[in-house]
Amino acid sequence: MSRAFLSRRDMIAGTMAMAPMISFGRAFAAPNASGRLLVVFLRGAYDALNVVIPTGTDFYYEARPTIGLGKPDPHDAKTPIPLDSEWSLHPALRQSILPLWQKKQIAFIPFAGTNDVSRSHFETQDTIEMGQPVGQRRDYTSGFMARLAGVTGRQGTSIAFTDQLPLCFRGSGSPIPNLALANVGKPVNPRQAQLIESMYQSHAGLAQSVKEGFQVRDMAFQTLDEEMKASGRGAVTSKGFQLAAQRIGTLMQSHYNLAFVDVGGWDTHVNQGGLTGALASRIGDLGQGLVAFADAIGPEAWRTTTVVVVSEFGRTFRENGAKGTDHGHGSIYWVLGGGVAGGRMAGEQVALSPQTLNDGRDLPVLTDYRGLIGGLAMQQFGLNAGQVGKVFPGAAPVNLRLL
Amino acid sequence: MNRPNRMTALVALGMILSSVSPIVAQAAANDAPMDMRWANRLTWGATAPASSGGSVDRWLAGQLGPPSRAMPPAAAAQIAAMQIEKTPMPQLAQDMLAQYHAFTAMKDIKQREAARIAYEKTMNGLADEARRRFVLRALYAPDQLREQMTWFWFNHFNVFATKRDIRAMVGDYEDTLRTRALGRFRDLLEATLRHPAMLRYLDNDLNAVGHINENYAREIMELHSMGVGTGYTQKDVQELARILTGVGVRIGPEKPTIKPQWQPLYIRSGLFEFNPAKHDFGDKMFLGHVIKGSGMGEVEQALDLIAGSPATARHISTQLAIFFMGDHPPAATIQAMAQTFQQSKGDIAQVIRTMVDDPAFAASLGKSFKNPVQYAISALRLSYGDRVIVNAQPVVGWIAHMGGTLYGWQTPDGYGMTSATWSSPGQMSSRFDIARQIGVGAGGIFRPVDGAAAASPVFPDIRNRFYHDGLGNGFSAQTQATLAKAVNDREWNIFFLSSPEFMYR
Repeated sequence: MSRAFLSRRDMIAGTMAMAPMISFGRAFAAPNASGRLLVVFLRGAYDALNVVIPTGTDFYYEARPTIGLGKPDPHDAKTPIPLDSEWSLHPALRQSILPLWQKKQIAFIPFAGTNDVSRSHFETQDTIEMGQPVGQRRDYTSGFMARLAGVTGRQGTSIAFTDQLPLCFRGSGSPIPNLALANVGKPVNPRQAQLIESMYQSHAGLAQSVKEGFQVRDMAFQTLDEEMKASGRGAVTSKGFQLAAQRIGTLMQSHYNLAFVDVGGWDTHVNQGGLTGALASRIGDLGQGLVAFADAIGPEAWRTTTVVVVSEFGRTFRENGAKGTDHGHGSIYWVLGGGVAGGRMAGEQVALSPQTLNDGRDLPVLTDYRGLIGGLAMQQFGLNAGQVGKVFPGAAPVNLRLL
Repeated sequence: MNRPNRMTALVALGMILSSVSPIVAQAAANDAPMDMRWANRLTWGATAPASSGGSVDRWLAGQLGPPSRAMPPAAAAQIAAMQIEKTPMPQLAQDMLAQYHAFTAMKDIKQREAARIAYEKTMNGLADEARRRFVLRALYAPDQLREQMTWFWFNHFNVFATKRDIRAMVGDYEDTLRTRALGRFRDLLEATLRHPAMLRYLDNDLNAVGHINENYAREIMELHSMGVGTGYTQKDVQELARILTGVGVRIGPEKPTIKPQWQPLYIRSGLFEFNPAKHDFGDKMFLGHVIKGSGMGEVEQALDLIAGSPATARHISTQLAIFFMGDHPPAATIQAMAQTFQQSKGDIAQVIRTMVDDPAFAASLGKSFKNPVQYAISALRLSYGDRVIVNAQPVVGWIAHMGGTLYGWQTPDGYGMTSATWSSPGQMSSRFDIARQIGVGAGGIFRPVDGAAAASPVFPDIRNRFYHDGLGNGFSAQTQATLAKAVNDREWNIFFLSSPEFMYR
């Protein structure tokens, strides 16, 4: 995440520069009320099993003697919080995700992932973003979010909150903007912007792009104006992913249906910690960020918003010799939103034992992410099987009754 | 000349080429003066408005020769000070591996975290050095065509620096391509195959008998040589993967312990290793040829077949034509280039000459959309000429800001080369940001890295040259109108560098 948020100074400088130019005339497509989807990609393969913890099985404690969290104990706030008889939540998520669970607005999908078994971050991240069948020729020019934007007709209200357009949004019929939240400082001033735009007014290839580029930027500044003024007055502000997520919520509320953001730093081979430490603090930030997102998008939009949290693969069931975990297979995905039928572990499960592990080392994949997201998109956007098939060719949508 | 006639002529020409010097055979085609339009296309951007007197042909003859290392002293000094210049890459990689092992073995968590951060910083520093060196060469090296081709080949044989320890190798990888950028394609192909950056990136260092990894084999066929859908089969990919078993990377002085009978077949060169113990010695059937199990010799045979394939000639010619001529190069130009490719056995200099001499090339001048590197570098070359910047890091950042991060494309296909890749709304806005930074002399390129104050505020003076040297010939009425509204020279620069005309070369 490190780069995907605005520095406060940049934002203030930007706001002041843009302030005189509230161009009300700019038409911006309003997001369709029928729903919003945010995909959050945890790059680096987060260690799901120390976040949503299989505390119901002794095998977990055997496999993770030093990094494993303790047994749930209702009298001890430093222990995992039971979700059901088998699974518990990391206490770093007590203030953020637990309330969502209690409101039944979040479901966890254990044994989720891809059938890519390369265990390579790069290859599997690509696999997920392309959303194409594994083992066939890979088309690097076509990502699943772009195809989803196409079949839902949401190209005009799609955005990637990343420095570059991510693979998942490649190949859209009309270009999907990306907003590098860290890079918006010091824009061209409004008079200059208009004069520059006028040079392109009859340029067949670039007029639209130039116009839209200025619009997206104006919109971001104007939408985030209030928060930035508050921070300029010295109000307590959030940082890191929380700040970015809050801004994404604000922007999606008024402008976007489909969005993507990625969060890095999950490749915990060494000293990942347990109750506290690297992973605990990272996951705490993520939880707070998701709540900040929900708050920012507001109760009305939240009702029809779905957030899916994915990661390229899970990690080894057993800890390694360096108090970390290595590349595995199945992960645990999150689905949250105001209209999600959550408060449960969704999808197929198996009892965890040395025999049920995949290759004897990691979680098997029982819910394919293509089916999962395809199923969610079908419900959320009212797609038919043919349309879902265009988004995820060859993957039957899975209906976990989450929406 | 109409198309069929020209094709016939080219076929005839090709026949002559095999026996006569190509420069003589094609000399008539390019006596055009090497003016600004040509310079914008054949270099990273014109620095001087007028031709220095020579023809395109003469200029090209100078560029297509062996590499020159000449650089302005101020730029050469910045490069010479770099770690990647002072330490040979195999040593760098070994040092970094030792550093990695050292921190992973540390017991104290805080100490280890500090050491890990230091390791990452050094690694990022090595990649950034290579990026700055690239920028300095693009700006000032006299071998301008070679520098452009270096970017082209890097992108063609793309590696992503952030994967594993490639950051320590990426500068050397780029140098490897630069040396061969105008040579034979077969040499380029083999040089990338023997480079640890490529073997790491596409996982061939994990490809061993019994543990086949097809990743690299597939991309060689699909992206590096013949191209998708050109007649090879999945079986060919599998067979190539078998041929490539044992081709890998070894860091450090130790040799693997292998059986005596394998010893004569073991090959080590730099970090490249062919380990017969990991090789599949069975016979293979590749592209219709039986390749007898023999070790590294199989790889040579396979590369001969791949490099000699008409599909490869066509694919490489197409990529080159798009890179130079823009989104839709004429089929006939590509055809002529592919023919030269085959007849010259993949001599890239000759293929480029065929392209440049094709009348369609002259007709395409000014119509190719600049990629981020071309945009940033051309803006600086026009703005400052041979006045050497003292800090190239901001330029590295600008290129990234426009979506073209050097060594930063994650997937093996490399950055797309058509205008659609570079002209999204966000990217256009980024260009205007950079136009502003360059236009007003901001951005810190003349601020010494050690924090000392910049010599003097420097902003370019493009305006005078625009009027005196005809820089604005053919600019649209809208662009002229905007330029006329500039309130000062700095704003004039911003508009000029933001104009649609400046987006093309």
